Formats: sequence, C-alpha cells, structure tokens
Amino acid sequence: MTTLNNKMDPLMKIHSETEHIRLASGTPIADRVVSDIFSYTEKIVQKVVIREVSGQKSWKDKIDQIVISRVFGYPLMLLLLGAVFWITIAGANIPSQMIAAVLFAFQDILTHWFEVVQAPAWLHGVLVLGMYRTLAWVIAVMLPPMAIFFPLFTILEDLGYLPRVAFNLDNMFKKAKACGKQCLTMCMGFGCNAAGVVSTRIIDSPRERLIAILTNNFVPCNGRFPTLIAIASIFMASSLVFSQSLQAAGIITLIVLLGVAVTFVVSWILSSTILKGEPSSFVLELPPYRKPKFGAVLYRSIIDRTLFVLRRAIVIAAPAGAITWIMANVYIGDLSVIAYIAGALNPLAKAIGLDGFILMAFILGLPANEIVVPILLMSYLATGQLTEFGSLLELKEILIANGWTWLTAFNTMLFALLHWPCATTLLSMYKETGSKKWTFVGFIIPTVIAFAVCFIVAQTVYFFGLA
Amino acid sequence: MLQAPGRIMREHFGIKTSGEQYVIALAGNPNVGKSTVFNTLTGLHQHTGNWPGKTVDNAQGKYSYKDKSFLLVDLPGTYSLLAHTVEEEIARDFICFGQPDATIVVLDATSLERNLNLAMQVMEITSNVIICVNLIDEARKKKLKIDFKELEKELGVPIIPTAARNGEGLKELQKAVYTMAVEKVIASPKQVVYSEEVEKAIKILMPKVEALGLARIVNPKWLALRLLDSDVSFIKTISRYATTQTQQMVAHKEQGREFTL
Amino acid sequence: MGKLSIPLSTLKLGQTSSVVHLEVKGLLRRRILDMGIVPGTILTCIGRAPAGDPIAYLVRDTVIALRSEDARLINVEQV
Repeated sequence: MTTLNNKMDPLMKIHSETEHIRLASGTPIADRVVSDIFSYTEKIVQKVVIREVSGQKSWKDKIDQIVISRVFGYPLMLLLLGAVFWITIAGANIPSQMIAAVLFAFQDILTHWFEVVQAPAWLHGVLVLGMYRTLAWVIAVMLPPMAIFFPLFTILEDLGYLPRVAFNLDNMFKKAKACGKQCLTMCMGFGCNAAGVVSTRIIDSPRERLIAILTNNFVPCNGRFPTLIAIASIFMASSLVFSQSLQAAGIITLIVLLGVAVTFVVSWILSSTILKGEPSSFVLELPPYRKPKFGAVLYRSIIDRTLFVLRRAIVIAAPAGAITWIMANVYIGDLSVIAYIAGALNPLAKAIGLDGFILMAFILGLPANEIVVPILLMSYLATGQLTEFGSLLELKEILIANGWTWLTAFNTMLFALLHWPCATTLLSMYKETGSKKWTFVGFIIPTVIAFAVCFIVAQTVYFFGLA
Repeated sequence: MLQAPGRIMREHFGIKTSGEQYVIALAGNPNVGKSTVFNTLTGLHQHTGNWPGKTVDNAQGKYSYKDKSFLLVDLPGTYSLLAHTVEEEIARDFICFGQPDATIVVLDATSLERNLNLAMQVMEITSNVIICVNLIDEARKKKLKIDFKELEKELGVPIIPTAARNGEGLKELQKAVYTMAVEKVIASPKQVVYSEEVEKAIKILMPKVEALGLARIVNPKWLALRLLDSDVSFIKTISRYATTQTQQMVAHKEQGREFTL
Repeated sequence: MGKLSIPLSTLKLGQTSSVVHLEVKGLLRRRILDMGIVPGTILTCIGRAPAGDPIAYLVRDTVIALRSEDARLINVEQV
C-alpha cells in the first residue's frame, strides 16, 4: 500500500526492507515483542514480589460468586436499582418541601419589595412570578433527589459494581448486536444524557458507539426523574407516606426497565438496518471491589455532578420561566399566546392521550427537561403564574382540575421517557458524531417512538373505554 | 515572538504552559487509580476538555511544589502504547513528541506483571520516567510484599510506592518529579531484553535507523521495533513530526537564534 | 507436548490452563496480547455471566471478561 510519496520517505523505505525479516519469522514480530516484554516483566516480578498464598478465598471473590451468579445476578441488579430509586424518592421528599417553603416564603418578601418601589405589575410578573418561581421550583424539586441519587450512584461506581452490570448484561447487548459497555454509558445517562453520549467513547467499534449514542436518551436522566417521580407519587401510588414512596420507586423501576427494553429493541433494529454489522469483540476488565472513600464520593458527586447539572438547569429555567409568563399573559383576542398554542396542539395531543398544554410544555422543555413541569403548571393556572408548590397534593388538585386521568398521567410518563433528547444532548450528539445527519436520527427515532407508543396506548384505552 | 520548539510541539497537543512551568505526563492502565493520583495532586486546579481534533478526554491540572509550578497532563488510561486505539495513539504521541519534563507511570501494586508492560514501553521511549506503584494498601491486604529497592534496581528509574486514596506517598512523588524535572537528574531506565530473534533483527536495523538522524526526536531502538512490527501509522507520524521539527529549526536559524532541543 | 489443546471457552469453572496459541485476529488480538495473554500465560476460569456468556478469567492477578466466541479462538492446554 505504498504510495509514491511514501516511497520517497526514508522511513518507509527501511520499513519495506524489513519485510523479509517479518516473513522469515514464524510468529508475527508484533506478537514476539509483546510476549518478550511479558516474559521480561514476569522475571522482574518473581524477584521483587513475595506473595503469602492463603488458601482462603477473600470476601471479594465470594461477593463475585453472588453478583454474577445465575440465580442472584439479575434479581440483585433489579433490587439495587429499585433501592437506589426508593432511597432517592423517600429521602428527597422532606428536604424538597423544606426548600420549597423557604424559597416561596422569600418570594413574598420579593413581592413586598416590588410593591415598596412601586414597580410595574408586568415587571413583577416577569421577574418574580415567571423567573423566580420557576427557579424556585426547579431547585426545590431537583436538588434533593440529585444530592441523594448521584452519591448513591458514585458509591456503586467506586465499589466496582458497574462493570459487573455490564458483564451480566453483555449477552443481551450481543443479541442486539451491540457492545456490553453500552450498559455503562446508559448508567451515565441516568445522571445526564449529554454525559452519557460523551461516555460512549469507551466503546471501540464506531458502529456500536453510534448505536449507544442514538439510544442513550431512552434512559431517563435526572432532569426527567422529578417529573416521573412527581406523577408516579400522586397518580399511581396510594396515599400512605411509606408505601407511597415504595410504590413510586416500583413504578419508576418499571419505567426504567421499559426504557431499557426499548434500548435493546432499537439497538437491534439499528444493527439490522442502517447500522448493519456483527457484534465486535468485547474485552472488559472487572476491577477488584474497593471500599469507596465516602469523602471523595460526596465531593465528586456533589461538586462535579449535582452542582453542574443544577447550574445548567438554572441557567435555562430562568429565561424559560420569564418567557412562559410573558406568553401566558400576552393576549391575542380572548386567548393568551399559551392557550392559543395549546389549543392548536390539542387535537394531536389528545390522540396520544395528552393535552395541548402538556405537549407544549414538552416542546418548550427542549432546552432542558427540568422545566417541563414548571411550564405546565404555569400555563395551567389562568393567571399564568406558577402555583406555590407546597405539596404534591396541591399539584394533584391542579392536574385533576385540568382534566387529568390516569391515562394522562401514564402517557405523560411514557412521553417523558421516550421523547426527543434535550438540546444539550443533541449538541453532544453532534459534537461526538460530527454529523448533522446522525444528530437528526438521534432526534427523530425517540420522537417517532414516543408518539407511536403513546398513540397506541391512548387509542387502546379509548377503544375499550377504560378512561 | 518565536518560542522554543518544545513548546510549539506541546501546543499541537493543546498544552499551554505559562512562564516557567514544567509539563508532567501521567500514564497508566485503566483502573489503577490514576485519576485519584491526578485529583489528589491537582485538587481544584483542573481543566478538562478534548485532545485537539479527537473525541478523547483531556484533563490538565496544576500544582506547585517548592515554588515551582507543574502542569500535570492526564493521558488516557491504556494497557499499551502500541497504538491500536485512538487513546493509545494519543498517549504514545504525547510521551514521544510532547516532550514532557517527566512522565509518571502509575502501576497497580496488586498486578505488577501486567502493569509493567506499559512501564517498559514508556521506558523505551523516554528516560524521564518515574514509576508510581499505587494501591499499596490493597497489596498489603492481599499479603503481597514488594521489594521496592530491588524493583528500582531492576528498572533503573525512581520507584515511588503510593496509596493515593489516603494521600500516602504523594509528597515523595512530588519530590521525585521535582528532582527529575527541575534538577534534571535523569534516570537510566533498563531496557527489555528481547528474544534472540527480535534482538538480531533490531541489530540489523539499527545502523539504518541511526543513519536517519532522528535520535533527537525518537529513540532509535523503539523506532526499529516499530518498523519491525510494521506500525505504519506511527512511521507516518514520525515523518510528520520530523518535518515539523526541521521546519522549526530552519525558522529559528532564520531568526538568528541558537537553541538546543 | 503430549496434552491436547482445547478452546479456552470450554474451560470449566475453577479450571486452570496455559495458552498455547492465539487464533484471534485484528484489534482483539492486540487487546488480548496487551492484557498479557500470550503463549504460556496461565488463565483460570472464575465465572460466567448469568446467561452463560461472557466468561470471566483470572489472568496475571486481574479479572478479564471475554465473549465465548472470542474465547473459542484461544487454544489452551490444561495444567
């Protein structure tokens, strides 16, 4: 494969002259070189390392016998997943209410200041009722779950459990003609899909990496968890506090499993159509279990992840809150802009079991999924301002007053799980693939699936008159 | 203003040093606590991004020791430098052409045999190597006794045992880096002795390789080995860097400056 | 010689073997070599995933997982 240019190159010349040495050698020289290095290092290690061999198996080996065992392997994974969600939901409930109480109390003080300086009502509306309330909601609802979820996840990561999950699930990925390491990128996706997309770098094969990028969105990220948790808690679970969080955790686990199932199906379809190919090989190191350093875990998960994601949410939520308030308070004829748009979207939204306001909130939530519920609430309330989010019960009342049924709740959750990726994730897809075409594919696949699934569910329910 | 060639080469890798700053590369296998070493040394003074033109993470961090500033460049975690993946290519090219003042290779004390593979490869490329044997706390738990003095003799480079998670040994590591990068006390790493067949082939090639006069850019023995295992991508990279460096030398001569590489 | 060489994938749990020959090609061959799996290396099968595949091996004090199709291309003899 030498080109004319290479022939001029003295290095390439020597290289072609070495061909006879390579041919004369029985085993490839490259193999010999590696073998020789290893036999050299083996001798060194024999000299410098003394091992006291103990016949006893360490607790680490025993743990692996359970973690990857035929009987306990999968149930343990499910149990841990459910436990992480349950601790997150149960633990976040009270801090969320406390933060909400403080932030909304401060809103009254803000309002008072605006009255003192006799600021115009629209300014108070945009800044306090729009921007500040959305911010307060996003912080109150997002911060506590993230501050619990991320450290829990980092502990599992530091323990060395995640590679075992990849090991356990590889067979399914192989059947979908994808890479077992895709599972690790999905784990990252729980935190943030944009981060999940970037983490696909660990997959060597470009084809399998692209599959992982295109499907990462089917893992609900932290911006979508609050939406899922809130709806699951108020619509799907009973009102008992303890069993409520347990049931909500169960529902979230099922939703996540559905997302995983969709990931497998879409990966398989992609591998059989536009990204045809056989699964490539897979070498995975299973590092020894290590006791996590709790200080480091907290530091890394709070500073690196929680604050990072929260900052991003705030930067987007503030202007979105202001814009939504303006749209809800600017009237065209009898209807506010928001009501106008929602009305236009309504027929389509009804067909998939949502309503115009919900669909509009998802569309306006493109910059960040965190703002979907705040936008929805703000647009539901006639005055176009966000309710004082005191408790989930109030939220339920608002939703029911706006015609929500269990189907609306269910399909909103489905839509939240399956719909298009947020703008940041799309941007990451573009950066990682360097292709507008693949970014568009990454947008259109979830969009089509979300509409199709919700349509089928809604029409089935309508047909049997279940809701 | 024209800069020293070393700095220009570094800028190819997105490395910008300020004033008198020493560049230290950090290499190691995956899962050996390399990032713990990196985080503990640099703390909050980090900058993360991508390697120029590649979708591979690049983390750089600063720390000071004895009033000197050090820029620590975290290379991708790799098992080898024989460049079969983008990560290995980046790590190899940086150690080879980025001209770090020292390269730290982080090893897992509990699996030295496998980890030394990377260390031996790095030691073939550059003499400025410090070996950090990390996770000695785990090794203790596994009842492994490592004779670090003997290891140092066998390898011919400074060996620093650490348990980075507990901060153990990191002061010593910083001191070793200082000695090598600032005081220019250069190690003399021992080289792998290959099997007869390979050594014979190297011997045949060496005169030809040395005649190319690339010794300042790349270790001739390492180059001969790459020619033997037909690493075409690396051979092309070498040619490219050789040309760049020659151009820079010409540029410097035209500016009437004297310099040494 | 004497002993028959068998594919690594047929190793049973707890069995130990020594590598005779690698039939793996391409990038995987390089990966396997760089992990220290070269002729003469001792491998112990220490576990299988719940679905039976991939398989985990102990090599040079580290645990490496391989898919069975790939392990089939590594010839070993029992020790």
